[in-house]
Amino acid sequence: MTILAIYVAIFIGGFFAVKYITASTQPKDYTSLKTVTFGDESAVRPNRAASIISIVTIFLLWGSFTGSSLIPSFLHAPAAYTGLGEFNYTVDANGQTDDATVTVNVHETDGEAAVPEVEPGDGFAKNDSISIAKYRSKLLRVDANDEQGRDEGAKIVAVNGKAIEPGGEVIVDFARIAMTPKGTLNIVPKTGWQMQPLYLPPPEKVASRLVEISSTGFRNSTLWEHLGYSLFRVIVGFLIGAAVGIPLGYAMGLSNWFRGWFDPVVEFMRPVPPLALIPLVIIWAGIGEVGKIVLLFLAALWIMAIAARSGVSGVNITKVHAAYSLGASKWQIMRHVIIPNSLPEIFTGARVAMGVCWGTVVAAELVAAEKGAGMMIMVASKFQNTDIVLMGIILIGVIGFSIDVLMRWAERLLVPWKGRS
Amino acid sequence: MSGLTIENISMRFDLPNGGSVQALKDVTLDLKPGELMSVLGPSGCGKTTLLNIVAGFLAPTEGRIAMNGHTVHGPDAERGMVFQQGALFEWMSVRENVAFGPRMKGEREAQYGANVDHLLDVVGLQDFKEKAIYELSGGMQQRVALARCLANDPDVILMDEPLGALDALTREKMQSLVLKLWKETGKTIILITHSVEEALLLGERLLVMAPRPGRIHKEYRLPFADLGVDQDLREVKKHPDYNKTREEILAMIWDMEEEIMGRTEESA
Ligand SMILES: Nc1ncnc2c1ncn2[C@@H]1O[C@H](COP(=O)(O)OP(=O)(O)OP(=O)(O)O)[C@@H](O)[C@H]1O
Ligand SMILES: [Mg+2]
Repeated sequence: MTILAIYVAIFIGGFFAVKYITASTQPKDYTSLKTVTFGDESAVRPNRAASIISIVTIFLLWGSFTGSSLIPSFLHAPAAYTGLGEFNYTVDANGQTDDATVTVNVHETDGEAAVPEVEPGDGFAKNDSISIAKYRSKLLRVDANDEQGRDEGAKIVAVNGKAIEPGGEVIVDFARIAMTPKGTLNIVPKTGWQMQPLYLPPPEKVASRLVEISSTGFRNSTLWEHLGYSLFRVIVGFLIGAAVGIPLGYAMGLSNWFRGWFDPVVEFMRPVPPLALIPLVIIWAGIGEVGKIVLLFLAALWIMAIAARSGVSGVNITKVHAAYSLGASKWQIMRHVIIPNSLPEIFTGARVAMGVCWGTVVAAELVAAEKGAGMMIMVASKFQNTDIVLMGIILIGVIGFSIDVLMRWAERLLVPWKGRS
Repeated sequence: MSGLTIENISMRFDLPNGGSVQALKDVTLDLKPGELMSVLGPSGCGKTTLLNIVAGFLAPTEGRIAMNGHTVHGPDAERGMVFQQGALFEWMSVRENVAFGPRMKGEREAQYGANVDHLLDVVGLQDFKEKAIYELSGGMQQRVALARCLANDPDVILMDEPLGALDALTREKMQSLVLKLWKETGKTIILITHSVEEALLLGERLLVMAPRPGRIHKEYRLPFADLGVDQDLREVKKHPDYNKTREEILAMIWDMEEEIMGRTEESA
């Protein structure tokens, strides 16, 4: 909740700050002269300052709530308590009261767990000490070493001077001290606002994992092998899918028989998510490369077939008529009119298919694989290596995004007329 | 027998609901080589249908089209077509569009190059020949369409409202261009238009069609097209017969439109 509130606050604050700063430096281009901008989609251009602030905010929040060493410590959210802490308790033994001190060493998860040495002190209640790992809690029978323990009818009545009873609790400066119904103290050191590294490691840990794994590898394969295998499967599966799907789509767009024959198959397969095919493909082809490629082939096939079909159906009949009356043969119309006219649709389909394939390959690798990005994060998650999981997710995102950027670039280069007729 | 013969063409469209539309009934026409005929008529009287039949895109339910004595069975390079819009190939440059016909015949650049460049000159697009189609204005696109049709050297040019989407000024320039090209090349041309003025100015022959069923209502022979070849079109409009014919045809078409409205009102 707090994180969301901070996020929203930065969103709003950033908006006003940027607005205030850039108010005087607005470029006087065409769009800035438009008076109607609300509702004019073409006048909405992404504010680059917002994009930058947005990304910085995400990293800032991530760093702040994981105590990252990359950002100054005054930006850190309150950390979990570590170090020595003390509180005292008061025992009432049949009308007699006495105090004793408990010294707690809250140590780093992988740090030294030494129990502090303490003097027993005077009175019948004796001082105690205990060592607790960060984010953990421990039960402590503080009366165990007292001369008048609870077996003798003594009761702990206060912690740091505040009354306590079974089921109740007292907050001290470094911890919450709760009392169980039987009278044992449960010491819960403050966990602060930061996330445990198990749930969310700080950015630099993810980065150093990336460096480490890219140099030493993971599970007998280098990082590039894992990513390369995933990419290789996607590209091969997609290419075979396109090589079969595009001609199939053309045939469906040009011939009654093909359309009739394949329509039921394509229309049935289209809504089946490729992920649902994973079990079947594993049964048929195992978990090796063949199975993965068959799966991706199937994922790409229907998308490409449908794209090619609608590319053909979308050809303006006057273009075909014009070509015929200019003396073109059927084959020439195919080559010079129908194919180029369908390219924009095919590119759109290819972009979708690549996205679906990339998602499918990761999912398939999560289920079963010996190499691959999905396998890497799945295995890492079994060993609770959250940093590797995060690194994998980020790399998967970056690669997926790069594929899309590459496809869009190719599209601009190869079908510049898209959407302009 | 040379030229274009349209013999007793009838066309009935069967509708999915079981009914049918008689789009054309018993249309007969003869066009000699080099004649320019404009076709006028209220919307829905079958002008496009007639042109599609002549082009060979549709087979008539009755009758026959003959070109230089042989019966027409489908589209052919001897009958070129200029569409209202959307018929250019966006994936080709202006010049590639114009050279499309010769290239489909297997000609090489050396064979068609000079003619294509000449035609680009004639339509005033020499400077735009490497541009993409979507970078041109509507009027420029129609000039490309015209040049593309001429580059293929058809005997007959069929135009379905080729200037319908243009503004008045561009339209006037294009009208002069059509007349000039007609005289220079001696092509047989059928031009469908919704503009009575355009039909008068461009049509050596002017055909007025009537609807339901689509048929020939009246035919005129006019002097204005010949005058317009070397005179300014605005001068031609001052010709004493021009206004008279214009009023006559307008009245005729208004009558037809009213009749259609009356009929639909009755049936409604
Ligand atoms: N494919 C078709 N199926 C059914 N009816 C059709 C078809 N094509 C045309 N028609 C009908 O034939 C008649 C003539 O149509 P056509 O397009 O030839 O008219 P038009 O004279 O070109 O009209 P406009 O001036 O509006 O272009 C119309 O009533 C139309 O509804
Ligand atoms: Mg029409």
